[in-house]
Amino acid sequence: MSTVPTSGTDTPVERKGLSPRQRAQRSRWIQYAVLVVLVLAAAFSANWGQIVSVFFKPEFIKSTFQDGVLQALVKTLEYTAGAFVIGLAGGTLLALMKLSQVGPYRWIATAYIEFFRGLPAIVVFIAFSLLPLAFPGMTIPWDPYGVVWLALGIVASAYMAEVIRAGIQAVPKGQVEAARSLGMPAGVAMRKIVLPQAFRIVLPPLTNDLILLVKDSSLVFMIGVAADGYELTGFGRDLANTYSNLTPIVVCGFCYLLITLPLGLLARRLEARTARTR
Amino acid sequence: MALVEIKSLHKSFGSNHVLRGIDFTVEQGEVVCVIGPSGSGKSTLLRCVNLLETPQEGQVIVRGEDITHPDCHLDEARQQIGMVFQQFNLFPHLSALANCTVAQRTVLKRPAEEADRVARANLERVGLSDKIEAYPAQLSGGQQQRVAIARALSMDPALMLFDEPTSALDPELVGDVLTVMRKLALDGMTMLVVTHEMAFAREVADRVVFMDGGVIVEQGPPAEVIGNPKEERTRTFLRRVLDPTHVEPTP
Repeated sequence: MSTVPTSGTDTPVERKGLSPRQRAQRSRWIQYAVLVVLVLAAAFSANWGQIVSVFFKPEFIKSTFQDGVLQALVKTLEYTAGAFVIGLAGGTLLALMKLSQVGPYRWIATAYIEFFRGLPAIVVFIAFSLLPLAFPGMTIPWDPYGVVWLALGIVASAYMAEVIRAGIQAVPKGQVEAARSLGMPAGVAMRKIVLPQAFRIVLPPLTNDLILLVKDSSLVFMIGVAADGYELTGFGRDLANTYSNLTPIVVCGFCYLLITLPLGLLARRLEARTARTR
Repeated sequence: MALVEIKSLHKSFGSNHVLRGIDFTVEQGEVVCVIGPSGSGKSTLLRCVNLLETPQEGQVIVRGEDITHPDCHLDEARQQIGMVFQQFNLFPHLSALANCTVAQRTVLKRPAEEADRVARANLERVGLSDKIEAYPAQLSGGQQQRVAIARALSMDPALMLFDEPTSALDPELVGDVLTVMRKLALDGMTMLVVTHEMAFAREVADRVVFMDGGVIVEQGPPAEVIGNPKEERTRTFLRRVLDPTHVEPTP
């Protein structure tokens, strides 16, 4: 039997200074103290009356609603929804092209995806706003929806294509083998077996893309739609200019959060579900 | 005419020469079990029979049709060859019933009621009539594998391929799957089975094929190949499989 080695004397070892636990505790107290000081300093030095009257003026909040912030919110939702449908369809097509056996399809898809992912979305919108000038007489149907959906959808499809491609490739190879062994042609196996599973896999990242799309819809005002086509940003900016006050923009900002926060929650739920089932 | 005829089949993965000239046939109604050490090429051979792997050389002739020919109507040829995989490969987004109907509907163009009837009959055949609406994730491994058998049977195949169908199962679930396969053999189904279940091979197979190093070393009735093997390689393999704790005497 082995014995625990001890030094000659039985006195315990004396260590100097604070233990790691005590040091962590002290550091935490210092951080709290700094925070309290900063908050108090901000609270006392701020001119609350001015802040409220510039950002949260009650009468402007009221008139923002009367002038139709809810209609603008609906427009934002309509622009986003249409663009999401176009992005989803285009993204799926591009993803399939990228996985195609035919080289040129792959090259075209890669070029498209890299081009529109590398470009700031606002550049695409400026280009669309200049189209009627460059091609006099050119019209895109369903004004203003057509041009908005197209501009947003073109950018969205590039982002979604990469997500969907990754989803398709994440479906186990055995699934295709099982489908083909039953005599399904490649196209049927893709449509009936692979794509339904791929979309389930990419649901969380696609929800994140949808959130980005909601925010990108704010660039619509660059195209120069008529006032009745204003979405939240265009509407808020117009009104803020009229009032020379930021309150309408703040209200519009909260409206965006009304859409994006639940979507973010949904995305995290879906991610957790996907993580559980794997 | 043999149901399956394989002629001088060669298959390599890169520099790995997995099949080195395989010749053999499966007759109508025959149950053939392929045994051999892992890496001997038995799964690859099986996957060549429905061309999930494309051989570099040789021919696979199923019911007189050369399916290795580049212009073969492969999808149609595969309809008559059912396959059961080691990892089941059920479609997780479809119910047990839909797993059995999806190919009937899309490939055989059967009307919904007929596909439904065939699927239910086959799920009953594998003893799962009470799991028709269940999804794969709700089923045990043994149940999933039986759904996979029902799925393949629903195409009315002339031949069934089994690729180590019980290797991924918990030991207590193996029996159910083997029972279904035994019943299938008794019903006269032509079966080509890659397996490590020696008792099953001995009892059910009409012929046992022993493969090693990408060639067929020995084949014949199970009583001969398993009971009284002629080749030393077969004997060594069987000793290891039947008595895994046995220690070889060092010469």
